[in-house]
Amino acid sequence: MSIKDRVIAIIAEQAVLEPSDVALDNTLEDLGIDSLGLVESIFAIEEEFDISVPFNANEPSESDFDISSVRTIIAGIERLVKEQS
Amino acid sequence: MKRVVITGAGTINALGATVPQTLEAMREGRCGISELEFRDVERLSIRIGGQVKNYDPETRFNRQQLALFDRFTQFTLIAAREAIAQAGLEFSGELAARAGVILGNSGGGMTTLDENYRSVYEDGKNRVHPFVVPKLMNNAAASHLSMEFNLKGPSFTVSTACASSNHAMAQAFQMVHGGITPVMVTGGSESMLCFGGVKAWEGLRVMSRDACRPFSANRNGMVQGEGAAIFVFEDYEHARKRGAEILAEVAGFAMTSDASDIVMPSKQGAARAMQGALKDARLNRDEVGYINAHGTGTAANDKTESAAVADVFGAHADRLMISSTKSMHAHLIGGTGAVELLACIMALRDGIIAPTIGYQEPDPECALDVVPNVAREAKVDVALSNAFAFGGLNAVLALRRFT
Repeated sequence: MSIKDRVIAIIAEQAVLEPSDVALDNTLEDLGIDSLGLVESIFAIEEEFDISVPFNANEPSESDFDISSVRTIIAGIERLVKEQS
Repeated sequence: MKRVVITGAGTINALGATVPQTLEAMREGRCGISELEFRDVERLSIRIGGQVKNYDPETRFNRQQLALFDRFTQFTLIAAREAIAQAGLEFSGELAARAGVILGNSGGGMTTLDENYRSVYEDGKNRVHPFVVPKLMNNAAASHLSMEFNLKGPSFTVSTACASSNHAMAQAFQMVHGGITPVMVTGGSESMLCFGGVKAWEGLRVMSRDACRPFSANRNGMVQGEGAAIFVFEDYEHARKRGAEILAEVAGFAMTSDASDIVMPSKQGAARAMQGALKDARLNRDEVGYINAHGTGTAANDKTESAAVADVFGAHADRLMISSTKSMHAHLIGGTGAVELLACIMALRDGIIAPTIGYQEPDPECALDVVPNVAREAKVDVALSNAFAFGGLNAVLALRRFT
């Protein structure tokens, strides 16, 4: 599975949706994922890829990791996997 | 109903090992937050905290005591010795039978747990010290305090996360207020600054890596602290008859539950607690001169708390002072309300308002007088102390200057 599909699978599981129901332009809010769901998703992503995601819930916009949509999350994970491998 | 006054105070925390040292640090706006020092700290991404440094337990306790006292119990007893010495009370006979101790605590003996889990899981040992259970139980501190001072009345420990101490002190107030006992020892303690304790908090992603900056637009999370503060709450008539020095009067309290979210704070829950405390103490909102904020330095708490203060106090919100001393001693979780009550006593008795240090940028969502960076002299007649816990459990105390 590609990084993209693996990230989508994690997000879909958190949102209790099928991966096919998750669109790249969706925000986490669109998918019904709240702040606790977000930190849980990030934890699952870190475990899946064995990476560390620099995310502080107090300053999501300042974190070097863009969570504004599924697409930006995937791009961020692809970058982190490359940097941290 | 009995008037309730505070006749003794004691503490040990990152700002000092006594009340005078702590208040001096608050007056000077000193920061007690520093690099954490304990085993495996290099495996943490959060490495700062309000840790009690230059502390040698062996100068305070003997070998048998140390085998039984986790750090949170040690801190409790050190603070209690100072408080009870100041109050000048000896507990014997009828007083001993009625006086008790109610403490706030959240994590229990976290260091004891951490060390012993490491021993059995990481080091593969199959045997632990026989006192692990009596050392780590949340009520250990209250029990040892009762034993050291012969307190035989109602005694227990309250655990409501960040509001534990305020809930505990509210209960103690109620017992003296209602005439159940003329004296209660109360307050709280916490010591979660060990690898497992901080690692757990790290997971929630609400911790700051560099500083606790409550109400500042660039705040980026909370910082954990440790320590204890203990108080003697006494029936005013009992205190007056024996000529005790009175530090402040506890005027009332309120507790509320948000009933909404396990971590996110609620403006309504906080506002109802402040309103309730004013009503219980029969105070008008414009009498309040100072609020010791919950002020954790998280994005969510500080804006929610500011909005709740604006709702409760209306136009008076712009005239009162509100500061978060967590910027200096950090967040002592179950012990935090107790240490913060010291700032309320300083405001009422000494007319000095502890500042919110680390304040760098105004946040329009926290547009209150947060006493930025420098302590201020002001006459204050009434102070509130806020505590809003994870789990949505809130407790607010109202104190009055004793005249």
